[in-house]
Amino acid sequence: MTDTAPDLDRLRGGAPPRNHDARTIAALTSNPGCARRGVMDAAGVDKDAVARELGFPAPFGQSQFAITRGNAFEAQVKADGCAELLTLLRERLGLDVPEVAYDDLEVVAGNEGRELRHSRTRRLVARALENGEGTLFDHPLLRLEIAGHPAYLEPDVIAFQLAGRLHVIEVKSFAVVDGQAEPEQVAAAARQSAVYVLALRRLVAELGHDPARVSHDVFLVCPENFSNRPTATPLDVRPQLAVLERQLARLTRIDDILAELPGDLTFDLGESLAASVRAVDARYAPECMSGCEMALFCRDEARACGATGALGRSVRDDLGGVDTVGTALGLADGSLHPSDDLAETADQLRAAARLRAEALQGVA
Amino acid sequence: MSALSSLARLQAVAAGIAQPLATVRHCHVSDAPLVLVPLKLAGEAAAPLAVMLGSDPGDPSLLVVPQPRNRDLRFAFAASLAKLVLNHIETSRGAVEELPPGKEGEERIRYGDAPQLLVPNRGGVAFLRMMGRSTRFRSTEGPYAVEPAVPVLGRWLTWFADRHDHPGSSLMGAVTELLRLHWATGQSSLEDGNLAALTGWIDPPAGLDGPAAAARAEDPVVWPPAGPTTDPTFDNEVLAPAIAGYDRSGGDSRAGERLHAAIAGQLTPTWDLMWRAVGLLRALPEGASVPRRWERDRDAFTYYHQTFGEAYPQARRDPPVRAARRLHDLERAQDAYDAQRAFDDPLVMAEHRLSGQAFGGTVTECDPARLDETGKRPKLRPLLRVATRDPVRLDAGATVCSADRPALKGRIVELDDDGGVVLELTGGMGRKLVPEAGVVPEVGDRVCFTSLTEGSFGAAKFPDREDTPWTHGGPPGEYVPTDEDAEEDWS
Repeated sequence: MTDTAPDLDRLRGGAPPRNHDARTIAALTSNPGCARRGVMDAAGVDKDAVARELGFPAPFGQSQFAITRGNAFEAQVKADGCAELLTLLRERLGLDVPEVAYDDLEVVAGNEGRELRHSRTRRLVARALENGEGTLFDHPLLRLEIAGHPAYLEPDVIAFQLAGRLHVIEVKSFAVVDGQAEPEQVAAAARQSAVYVLALRRLVAELGHDPARVSHDVFLVCPENFSNRPTATPLDVRPQLAVLERQLARLTRIDDILAELPGDLTFDLGESLAASVRAVDARYAPECMSGCEMALFCRDEARACGATGALGRSVRDDLGGVDTVGTALGLADGSLHPSDDLAETADQLRAAARLRAEALQGVA
Repeated sequence: MSALSSLARLQAVAAGIAQPLATVRHCHVSDAPLVLVPLKLAGEAAAPLAVMLGSDPGDPSLLVVPQPRNRDLRFAFAASLAKLVLNHIETSRGAVEELPPGKEGEERIRYGDAPQLLVPNRGGVAFLRMMGRSTRFRSTEGPYAVEPAVPVLGRWLTWFADRHDHPGSSLMGAVTELLRLHWATGQSSLEDGNLAALTGWIDPPAGLDGPAAAARAEDPVVWPPAGPTTDPTFDNEVLAPAIAGYDRSGGDSRAGERLHAAIAGQLTPTWDLMWRAVGLLRALPEGASVPRRWERDRDAFTYYHQTFGEAYPQARRDPPVRAARRLHDLERAQDAYDAQRAFDDPLVMAEHRLSGQAFGGTVTECDPARLDETGKRPKLRPLLRVATRDPVRLDAGATVCSADRPALKGRIVELDDDGGVVLELTGGMGRKLVPEAGVVPEVGDRVCFTSLTEGSFGAAKFPDREDTPWTHGGPPGEYVPTDEDAEEDWS
């Protein structure tokens, strides 16, 4: 693990590493097989800057209206030592929250260094587990080992200690209308929360406690209906946790990927950047567009080489894993002869081509 | 998705232009649909920013909320929108058809036409659903009174959004979905969500091919998003200063006009696209079952319109019996819609042939006068042998019907290994012991038979509301409108 650290520093080209955030974690679970994203994230490369330099800036602009709304809602929930949040937990969810302490871990003694912040998070969590001190811990800095390399997570969440158990509270500004919210947004929030639960569990285990003391029930705090009034909903993230744990375990180890790469590879901004990026294999799928800064570059690359994956995973699956458009069309019109493992796919494609032609001919 | 539509996507990539997925149009397109292009304020659940609407391509109306966070301005917007939408609803009814009386002798009527609402995408439908939810409970009196038309609009929008969930209904359409039903592009379904990119693939402007037109469509400066979310750069660089300017001016009309013009610039390209898409759909010949489905839509519209005065706003959540019935209705509609489309369109039937639920081929042997004399009375049971190259996945004994004439029914007797299917025809040939002329296919005819049927899903019986079983929480309480409903924040 320590051996790879200098390599990763080199990949970054001397720029400071970027912390993992919600977006990189979402990408991590949605596309674990992408070596390019894996390496860049492990090294903490500023993918946004890389994509911009390559001429494919990430389309992740955020409207100031959305930012204002999100910040205002969060500030409202957290105002006066999280007064509104506590009311919610007590009254809406009927939790018996005794006297309350609120610790903000965003800045430690005017210093934002991540090691320092992480050690403070550790210390406070340890104290909470041992003698139940502290209730709300805002902006904890967590660490999670991803592909054999530790990544810092900067969740915008609150860890909430109740009767010796820790819960994750996530404040989101999408509305819950009549008890329902947009499924994609809830799913994204659940995926993110699962990462934080896992990181907290690892921390608790490191501290010598039972990881189950971090609850799999997270609390989602959202505006209710069309108002600014917050409402809290418990969300069971066990399914997301299971997916995450499995995918983290299966992740190709970064060391193995690095071993295959040229020894002098770097993602330093400059002329050779495109060549360096191309040296690491990507696995583009349209889902990348919602989570990865490199998506537009990878899409362009995938289209240029006629990859069927660029049309979507379901298309690729329908084609029985045939990778390129040219091969699939060749199999369909019979100009290519399939290898044994593709014989069935080729039959299917030829039948599809014949049926399409027949149906369209009938019209003409 | 299926191998067939995936292949169509590959062909689109190779050809540089979208490929047909249908040979006929599977949705109704009104002569004068009400096209709506809504925009909402980013980050809010249902704060309208603007909507461009109308049923004449050359004469859209643009409604704008100059300060979307101001509740009074929002209600004023809702009132003006209500006026236009309700006017469209009232003028799209057509003449009243008298129907034969129902089972219990009650009078039945059906409007000759119904309003059709078209929005750019699913997001547009979701936004109008939210608009409906946020306005249908408002009260027209008391401390937060709104104009009487506002809750009426809310109920209609809720109803339209609900009909959108109904498979085969054309009352509210998302244009990207309608186009995708008929064409396959060489991009992923994610990118198909962009109306400009989708129409670029289907009907690229002169001098461009599909990919080039789609690439241009992804530039939000050239083609602003089709809503309801706005382009973040537009928000930050144009909209925010314009709204701030309006706020500073204290409601000055020039500041309002600037805002209006900026938003019109965002909406007009999509407005034009919507009508181009309507034109593309109109150019397709209408499927045979489309008028029948539109008739169901007109029935639904007539019923809701007729009972509007005596009903409460739609509940926030359906009570159990209504929810179960609705789900059942949706499943039946889906089943019928899938079958009807296949019978209307050989290209859709090809999907079922590929999956083995249908087969097409040439009649190689035929015994049209065969009688089954094993029973008390002889029965007409002609035999056919069909040679097919399709991968048939039906078993001997399966009931099938003809794709060209679903009334012609048969039963599979035998399947041999080299693509021959022996079929016994069982119905749809007339009442005599000799088939009517031209009904039984002859040797050399091309035929297609399928196990699909339109009415495979019978109507189920559900308990009355007061008999809701305890497993479903027992009979729900009676809904009584409260002041709380009307006082709900809308901020």
